[in-house]
Formats: sequence, C-alpha cells, structure tokens
Amino acid sequence: MVLKAFFPTCCVSADSGLLVGRWVPEQSSAVVLAVLHFPFIPIQVKQLLAQVRQASQVGVAVLGTWCHCRQEPEESLGRFLESLGAVFPHEPWLRLCRERGGTFWSCEATRRQAPTAPGAPGEDQVMLIFYDQRQVLLSQLHLPTVLPDRQAGATTASTGVLAAVFDTVARSEVLFRSDRFDEGPVRLSHWQSEGVEASILAELARRASGPICLLLASLLSLVSAVSACRVFKLWPLSFLGSKLSTCEQLRHRLEHLTLIFSTRKAENPAQLTRKANTVASVLLDVALGLMLLSWLHGRSRIGHLADALVPVADHVAEELQHLLQWLMGAPAGLKMNRALDQVLGRFFLYHIHLWISYIHLMSPFVEHILWHVGLSACLGLTVALSLLSDIIALLTFHIYCFYVYGARLYCLKIHGLSSLWRLFRGKKWNVLRQRVDSCSYDLDQLFIGTLLFTILLFLLPTTALYYLVFTLLRLLVVAVQGLIHLLVDLINSLPLYSLGLRLCRPYRLAAGVKFRVLQHEAGRPLRLLMQINPLPYSRVVHTYRLPSCGCHPKHSWGALCRKLFLGELIYPWRQRGDKQD
Amino acid sequence: MEDERSFSDICGGRLALQRRYYSPSCREFCLSCPRLSLRSLTAVTCTVWLAAYGLFTLCENSMILSAAIFITLLGLLGYLHFVKIDQETLLIIDSLGIQMTSSYASGKESTTFIEMGKVKDIVINEAIYMQKVIYYLCILLKDPVEPHGISQVVPVFQRQSLTLSPRLECSDSHHSLQPPPPRLKKSSCLSLLRTWDYRCAPPRLANFFFYF
Repeated sequence: MVLKAFFPTCCVSADSGLLVGRWVPEQSSAVVLAVLHFPFIPIQVKQLLAQVRQASQVGVAVLGTWCHCRQEPEESLGRFLESLGAVFPHEPWLRLCRERGGTFWSCEATRRQAPTAPGAPGEDQVMLIFYDQRQVLLSQLHLPTVLPDRQAGATTASTGVLAAVFDTVARSEVLFRSDRFDEGPVRLSHWQSEGVEASILAELARRASGPICLLLASLLSLVSAVSACRVFKLWPLSFLGSKLSTCEQLRHRLEHLTLIFSTRKAENPAQLTRKANTVASVLLDVALGLMLLSWLHGRSRIGHLADALVPVADHVAEELQHLLQWLMGAPAGLKMNRALDQVLGRFFLYHIHLWISYIHLMSPFVEHILWHVGLSACLGLTVALSLLSDIIALLTFHIYCFYVYGARLYCLKIHGLSSLWRLFRGKKWNVLRQRVDSCSYDLDQLFIGTLLFTILLFLLPTTALYYLVFTLLRLLVVAVQGLIHLLVDLINSLPLYSLGLRLCRPYRLAAGVKFRVLQHEAGRPLRLLMQINPLPYSRVVHTYRLPSCGCHPKHSWGALCRKLFLGELIYPWRQRGDKQD
Repeated sequence: MEDERSFSDICGGRLALQRRYYSPSCREFCLSCPRLSLRSLTAVTCTVWLAAYGLFTLCENSMILSAAIFITLLGLLGYLHFVKIDQETLLIIDSLGIQMTSSYASGKESTTFIEMGKVKDIVINEAIYMQKVIYYLCILLKDPVEPHGISQVVPVFQRQSLTLSPRLECSDSHHSLQPPPPRLKKSSCLSLLRTWDYRCAPPRLANFFFYF
C-alpha cells in the first residue's frame, strides 16, 4: 500500500525539525500534528510526548524528520538526520524535504527491519496530503453509516482513513496548547503556534453563565414544582390540560428552558449542539411573539378583532341553520325519510340556538379575553398559535358535537346492519373464536331480525347523509387546526443554530472530504490538498432537528378512510400520551 | 500526461473524455458535455414571452408580463444551478479512494468521495433504456452491518449517461479501477474487465435495470 502522509498546511513554511504525530498502521498513514524545532534535548521531547499520550489517549510519537533548507541537504546534516532515527526509533521513518521557495518536495519512508511480507520493498512510496489543521480540528465528520457499537477511543480498520485523521487531530488538543511565546524546553509549530485563539466575549459569557444559570434553574424548578402540584391532577383541570394544545406547548417550552439553564455541562458535541439549537429556537419564538404583540396592540387592532368575532360566529351559525333546512327538505334531489329527517333536523337546530345564546352571553367579555390572550404572545409565537388553535376548537365546539352525534348514530346503524345481515344469511359472529360461524335461528328470531334489517336499511340514506355533511365540516376544522400545528411544529423543531453554522462556517459540519491534485512533476511524490466537503442543508435539518410534540397524524390514509366508512370517531391530531375517548 | 477522445451519449450528443495520468497511483478522467446553446435558450425564452403576451392581450393585466420575465429569469438560474452539468470528473487515488465531482454551469461543484475500504466491487451493469440496452460502470459499496451485503450501487458518471459500446472503447477507465495489489483481496471482477469479449457470455449475470 502507498504510504499516506497527512501534513498540516500551517507547517509548510516551518523551519527544519522533527515530525510529531500519529502512525496508523492499518491504513498505512502517518498523521503529522506538529513540527518540533532544533535545538532540543531528546529526554525532554520524550517526556513531553509521554505527557501528551497520557492526557489525550492518542499514540503520539516522533515520525521522522522535516528539512526546509536553502539547497539540497549537506552531508553532515544528512548524517545528523539519520542519527536522529536511532534516538527516536519508529517504523517507518519519514524524511520530508523541501527547498526554501521551491514547490516540489521529496519524501522517503524507510523501514529498518526486514519486511515481513515477501516481495515488499524496503522503501515505501509516499503520497503527501495537505490538510488545514484548524478546520479539521473544529469540524465534525458526519459519516453516512455509523457503527452501532462504536466506542469513543477505538479506531479500527473498519472506520477508514478519514475518521482516523479527524479523530487524531480532534483529540490532540493538548499538543496545541503551547505557542511560540512560551518559555518551555521544546518549540513546536502547529496551527496555534502564533498564539492561542480566544475571544474575550466568550470568556466573559462563560464566567457569567454560572451564576445566571443557577438562578434561572432554581426559578424554573419552582415553576415546575408549582405545575406538578396536586391541584392540577384533579379531574377538570387534568382533562383540560391534556386536551388543550396550549398546555402541551407550554410544557414543551418549560422542558426546553430547563435543558438550557441546567447547571450540568454538556458531555459531548451532540448535546452542546442540541442546547444551542434549543436556545436559537426559543429566541426566534420570543422575537416573533413580540413582533406579533406589537402588531396586535398597535392601532387598537384587538378592538376591531373583538368587534368582528361575534358577527362571524353568528354568520357561521346562520349558515349551519341554512344547511340544516336544506337537509330537512330534499337535499340534492334525494328523498329522505320525512319523520327521521324532521327529528334530526330539529335536534341539531335546537343545539345551534343554544350555541348562539351562549355566544351572545359572552360578547361583552370578548375584548378583555382577547387582550389578555394577546399578552400571551410575549411567551412566544408558538404559544399564541396554540391558543389560536384552541380558540378555534372552542368556537367550533358545536360542529364537533354534531359530528359525534352523527357518527355515533351512523356507527350504531352500521353495526346493527352488519349483524342483521349475517342473520339474514344464517350466520353469526362468534366472540370466542373471533370469526363468523353458521347458526340456526328460530323462526320468530328470523322474523324480527328481517324486519329490523329492513327498517335500518331504509333509514340508512338519511343518517348517512347527515353523517357525511357533519364529517366534512369536522374535517375542515381539523385541517385548519392541523395547519396551525404544523407551523408550531416547524418553529419548535427547526435547528437554527446548525443551519446558521452551515451557512457561515461550512467547515464545521463535514459530510466528507474532497481532494485536489496539486502541481505534479514526474518522479516526485504525489501531492494532494484535502478540503472539507460541507454537509448539505437537507442532511443538517434531518440530523439536528429537535424532537417536537409529536403531533403527526397517527393513521395512514387507508386506515382513515376505513374509520370514516365504519363511523368510528377520528382524532387525527392526537397528542402524545392522550387517552382514548 | 493528457489525452482526449470524443464519444456520444445515449441521446446522440457529443461527449469529450479527457484522461490525465498524474502518477502510477493517481489518474483522472474528465467528461465534458457541450455548453448551453444560444439557439435553445432563445427558443425557450421566445415561447414563454409569446405565451405571456397572448395572455396579456386576453386579460389586459401588465402583471403577467413582469411575471413572465421573473419566471424566465428564475427558470434560467435554476436550470444553470441545478440541472445543467458542464463537466464530470472521476479521480482515482490508489489506496485512498475514488472521488466523483460534477461541476454545474453556474460554477457549483458537488463532490462525493468514496474511501477504498468501502468499495466492495466494481461492475458493469446492463440497463434497458427505451428500446436499447446500455452498459454503465458502477461501484458497489459494502454494507457495514452485513459483511456479504451491498449497501449502495453508485453509478459512475451519473448525469452524462455515458454508454459503453460493445467493443468497449472506454476500456481505460475500467483498467484504472483496478483493485489494490495482490496482498489484499482480489476482485473477481478484474478478470471480467480484462477479457471482455462480447461474443461469449459473461461469467457473471449482470443486473438488469430499467431506465425511463
């Protein structure tokens, strides 16, 4: 195999010295981390390397020599460099050489011991791959396949060259702590040798975040304790709490805030990214909510909204009344059973009348309620949208009631029809065996059964029509609520920090690498430049999206149609953990 | 060392293949397709604007004309950035991996790098496209969970639909995609590639893919 030497671009113009890095034997590649300059004392070098090995768990060693001089190395320098090979034993020993101001390099890798495989040469062919140390250190590699039982320190042959390189550079931060202004015994050249990077704002934020987090965490724990007290577990409040999406959203946000202000440090980069994404999401939410608040409270829009609300509710009720009158006549030319039609129509009309009276009773208080609801927008746009969805659900409660009545009636009829149809054919449903069995009925059972079957069959169109109309209305309301929930979900789960990182610092999120062949001359070793290939936006969203409330439709389209046909009640936007009705 | 030859793709358009030999362990194949022709661009623009003008005479709304200009510009930008590929490059580096780059007409480059350790095999697949049979080269990737399984089939030169004639004129790209030296495991596909003779049946059953 060709020997691959990964060389940092920051050391390309460094003075001559020793190459310090890690040798990965399975991939036959040498990852050079830094260049150690003359003069040095070998004992101190070995001590430093042992310290780094212990602190970072990376097998750092002296890999070879680096020669950056005016012309070809002289005899004495050549012998000196060879003698270094005896002081720091390493198989294979790399010798990289570059003329000052020249573009072409010469690389040799020698093995002192006899090669184990027959036919393998004593000197290997070397390929130079340049990499940007800072970018590789800061970036995170997202390989398409992650082995399920991968440990933090293990890089086996199955992980590949790239993962080994990224892993080595990321874990060798200890080596990069000293810069050239330090007074230590050894002088290293690496990406931070001109001075360690730091930011005053980041340091101040880090110092200040401790007490602030403590204070806010205690406040949040107080709020959680209040919300978990026994009062809320009693029947009316617990029922409301589970049905209203506002409570769900508030709980979700409380969880987020607890995560952000928890005093425990993030253990790995994934947790840190999740915290950052949560912060960004909360900030966006609050900003949009405040914008909505300022828009609502400016120019007395709330007053206009309140004035428009009651007439709109009246209008909806009137339209429903017209619809029922139409159904009580000859809807779409169908002939309905007169008596049943009148009964059902009058029943629903009475409900609408009750509903209108309640709305009129509440009309003086609407403006105050809306004003206070508008204030809730400062908690976030998602809370305001959930409140809107709940208000829509409350205002269309009568449609929901009609749907339930119609569905129950239709469901009863369908069940009755199916069991009587079985009786018609001389069969019966065996509950024990859960299958249809034949059964011999008595004559009077058959007579009554046939009679009831006929009655139910002829009353079916009326009930089915009422059921159809109210189901369509209910589906319309559910669709509107669903759209609002989708928007809330989007704001909740969009990973803004990761998207911003991908936009502004694309090297931080790496999908892989790309190679470019540098200027090449025959007889010289091949030189490649390795650059980071950033993750595409779709994969960023997919990998880093925050867990949402889980308001996804539980049924597939087929199951939904089946439920509609049989008359079972549907709750497509059921929240997680809700009990069945 | 550079070399250039021209071939034709499935639809009969001209393709130019450039081969660069950097070192015994590194080769590059570059496939370029003809640029956007002014004739087709003019034709499409004229059609869109004629349709918009026709609608304008019907509706007397000048928004239609500005919408047509907007749509033409957006469509052109989208086409140049997402659809029109100028050049596809295949870079093969021994014991490192295979890199495939597509450069679009707007300058965007999308690169995929496949490490050598992930490559299970390289095969020639047959596919049926409309009324003819085409052959294309593809790379089979290993499945990390199942050692004998294949996780993905990656066709080389996906967008340009380079087809191989039965005489295998493009034999050089196959010879380059050789497996590593005999120390590591030998691919059974190597013998297939070197001794391809269309008169005799291939030793391995090819997979059939239907392209529409």
